[in-house]
Amino acid sequence: MTLAQPEALNFECETGNYHTFCPISCVAWLYQKIEDSFFLVIGTKTCGYFLQNAMGVMIFAEPRYAMAELEEGDISAQLNDYEELKRLCLQIKRDRNPSVIVWIGTCTTEIIKMDLEGLAPKLESEIGIPIVVARANGLDYAFTQGEDTVLAAMATRCPDKTPVVEADKNERNAIQKLLNFGKKKEEVAQEESEYVDHPPLVLFGSLPDPVVTQLTLELKKQGIKVSGWLPAKRFTELPVIEEGYYVAGVNPFLSRTATTLMRRRKCKLIGAPFPIGPDGTRAWIEKICSVFGITPKGLEEREAQIWEGLEEYVKLIRGKSVFFMGDNLLEVSLARFLVRCGMTVHEIGIPYMDKRYQAAELALLEKSCKEMGVPMPKIVEKPDNYNQVQRIYESQPDLVITGMAHANPLEARGINTKWSVEFTFAQIHGFTNARDILELVTRPLRRNNSLKDLGWDKLVKEEAKI
Amino acid sequence: MKLAYWMYAGPAHIGTLRIASSFKNVHAIMHAPLGDDYFNVMRSMLERERDFTPVTASVVDRNVLARGSQEKVVDNITRKDKEETPDLIVLTPTCTSSILQEDLQNFVERAQLEAKGDVMLADVNHYRVNELQAADRTLHQIVQFYIEKARKKGELPAGKTEKPSVNIIGISTLGFHNQHDCTELKRLMADLGIEVNAVIPEGASVHELKNLPRAWFNLVPYRELGVMAARYLEAEFGMPYIDITPMGVVETARCIRKIQQVVNDQGADVDYEEFINEQTLHVSQAAWFSRSIDCQNLTGKKAVVFGDNTHAAAITKILAREMGIHVVWAGTYCKYDADWFREQVSEYCDEVIITDDHGQIGDAIARVEPAAIFGTQMERHVGKRLDIPCGVIAAPIHIQNFPIGYKPFMGYEGTNQIADLVYNSFTLGMEDHLLEIFGGHDTKEVITKGISAESDLNWTKDGLAELNKIPGFVRGKVKRNTEKFARERGIKDITVEVLYAAKEAVGA
Repeated sequence: MTLAQPEALNFECETGNYHTFCPISCVAWLYQKIEDSFFLVIGTKTCGYFLQNAMGVMIFAEPRYAMAELEEGDISAQLNDYEELKRLCLQIKRDRNPSVIVWIGTCTTEIIKMDLEGLAPKLESEIGIPIVVARANGLDYAFTQGEDTVLAAMATRCPDKTPVVEADKNERNAIQKLLNFGKKKEEVAQEESEYVDHPPLVLFGSLPDPVVTQLTLELKKQGIKVSGWLPAKRFTELPVIEEGYYVAGVNPFLSRTATTLMRRRKCKLIGAPFPIGPDGTRAWIEKICSVFGITPKGLEEREAQIWEGLEEYVKLIRGKSVFFMGDNLLEVSLARFLVRCGMTVHEIGIPYMDKRYQAAELALLEKSCKEMGVPMPKIVEKPDNYNQVQRIYESQPDLVITGMAHANPLEARGINTKWSVEFTFAQIHGFTNARDILELVTRPLRRNNSLKDLGWDKLVKEEAKI
Repeated sequence: MKLAYWMYAGPAHIGTLRIASSFKNVHAIMHAPLGDDYFNVMRSMLERERDFTPVTASVVDRNVLARGSQEKVVDNITRKDKEETPDLIVLTPTCTSSILQEDLQNFVERAQLEAKGDVMLADVNHYRVNELQAADRTLHQIVQFYIEKARKKGELPAGKTEKPSVNIIGISTLGFHNQHDCTELKRLMADLGIEVNAVIPEGASVHELKNLPRAWFNLVPYRELGVMAARYLEAEFGMPYIDITPMGVVETARCIRKIQQVVNDQGADVDYEEFINEQTLHVSQAAWFSRSIDCQNLTGKKAVVFGDNTHAAAITKILAREMGIHVVWAGTYCKYDADWFREQVSEYCDEVIITDDHGQIGDAIARVEPAAIFGTQMERHVGKRLDIPCGVIAAPIHIQNFPIGYKPFMGYEGTNQIADLVYNSFTLGMEDHLLEIFGGHDTKEVITKGISAESDLNWTKDGLAELNKIPGFVRGKVKRNTEKFARERGIKDITVEVLYAAKEAVGA
């Protein structure tokens, strides 16, 4: 392709009339990740209805989350917020005995200005369970940013000194313990020597445990030790974060967490592309290595080997085009990976663009576009779904990555779609999971390949538009 | 505050949106924060809707909080008016707008000056009504709006249709089996020689609403939706309405006899007795089913029923009156209309439970240990936990409750469907029970000759630990593929690294 190429990425901002999940949806994956937590969403029936429907079958598994449903008396302050919350939290303590209760503030608590941050410390000391407050509301945030608000609040709860007691230390270093599984002390000591001497590194971002293991092992191959992970499997295992520690993000939507770690915990942020796709994973590791003055070993071969394994998928999408409507902030990283797979990106819709936190990712996107000889995509912040659909009709992309509200209507009009939320829940990080991303991306194309001779592309009746 | 994580009826705006999106060419604009347009996802997924759901949000964000919506709502209305030229735009308040207390009526009036289509504010308060009540109100409001508009313009048609005719009121999007019920009701009307004057709101255009008074009577099949509109039409035009749900053999006959009376009162001369007899004895299989020995085996079996008013009441009557099943308790989550429910079912069950607390319902099921449950998706899951079969008879529902095949609950075909549903629930329970008594399907141990039956490979502790983290239903496949990978490469010990290397290489 030798179209006229813009020099740099082109940023736009539209009306913000787009479909996305409410950020309170983060409780769905965070309560599963942090096993001793309980999430209390303080909101209305609207919030409850969303969670109940968005989480599907999870709702029936006695989840460790609940709504504190506000009634008219709460809104008009006829009831005392503190007393009400105390009553519910005591009930939670009695029934579930969690190690932490996370309060999720919603639009309603914002509007009526319920002082959750003020109430929490008081109630915490009264009932003896830590209460973490995260304002994950639809007035300020979109979808995955919910996790960001929770982790930013958790970051202030991480212990700031390495505990002296040996037993406690083992508790905290859960990942280490996992990797040292069943080994004797001398062996562990010997293993320590496999690591290069570098300042402590803590990674942040909630990932399924297998992915945590994979990324940790990946860094171990370079002699880098991961001292801890925010969040850990349990609230009681939150990593130690001392001043001067290095931190690195694994997901593109964690800008508040990054800011909190830098400003409040005095950590040094390693700004790297995110480990999504083999190209991203390699760049992520290389950047961490470079900060610690390590020469990466065997990464180039490793990346090449992964690409080789992906070829059967890549050949399905090479030369095809993709349009991201934008709803979960993974868009830039996924677009960058798909460009590297040989796709052309029409548009990257994204709810919110932190150019500083995503700087390295944006630079890699630009570099990938140049190297692959494809036009720079337009990055549209706060997109307008109506306008986007018009642009989709015009440009007829081979694939639209979009929310469920638009997927079926677009399919009925002969346009291939992939439901974006799946990228949030699937394992997509590291070398190991690159295949899973492509499995998702190519699924509509593979499905439609098998149906293509049936002549059932357009399944809506065209009506004359006035 | 109330601790809850499950609700039977949704928030008010969902009801309004269900009505607005049921009509043709009506657009709803929600005054709501980002993420509250989840309705679109539900409609697109559950109904497998091919068209874009005509609902957009006028987003309430920080700026709106600080300065008020100002021009935003008006701009969004007029913009949508230009883009899609809808006949009507319904501005829909949410819990957020209920507290912000902005003068939405004023926005509507301002937008109306510019918009070509009609603009209206849905009169629903989040904290006072639920999804079902809001839907009932919104339908009433829209009907009233267009009747009055036509009256003002002098466009109200005078007189009735020549032949007996009916308006079917209350068929809506995301309603439980509504589409199939609608087809069945139309078929029933055709069999009775009654013209269908209009079906609202589903698929109707607002321009047709002025013709509603031409029908001889209104049929409101669902208790929850349409009664307000029917009462309004009765008050304005003296149109009689029938609110007997034609669900089950006896109730369908009762509904038809009522229709007979209503049209004969207006000068028709019809006798449906022969039709009822023929259908009951020979077309519907339900009456015969009640008599057959299959159904005999169900006599006195215990069941519980829970759902919305319409379905829970109808199913309770069918189980008790038509099948001889012992309904231990019947319940509804329509607390606001509890008296109606009590009156309908009290003679057919031992106890009536009125609650919207799923925990209480779960406990009540555990307490009586019925042989089958008829409830919503929530009761289905309670049944799973307690090993009791469940037939789903009411919303809240999942995608499998929007079947593609023809499955009405109403009319004579509906009686067949319900007989199947009831019978299948009970036999499955029996089968399970027998299997347990006789010790499972096959008492001999199964001998597998899988590729990994005799493994020469050694799984290290960490490898095994990692393998065990993989969900059970794919673990076997991952294990086999990993071992194959290791064998091909002459690896003896399978560590966590080998496990992931295999995944990278062969997608194990």
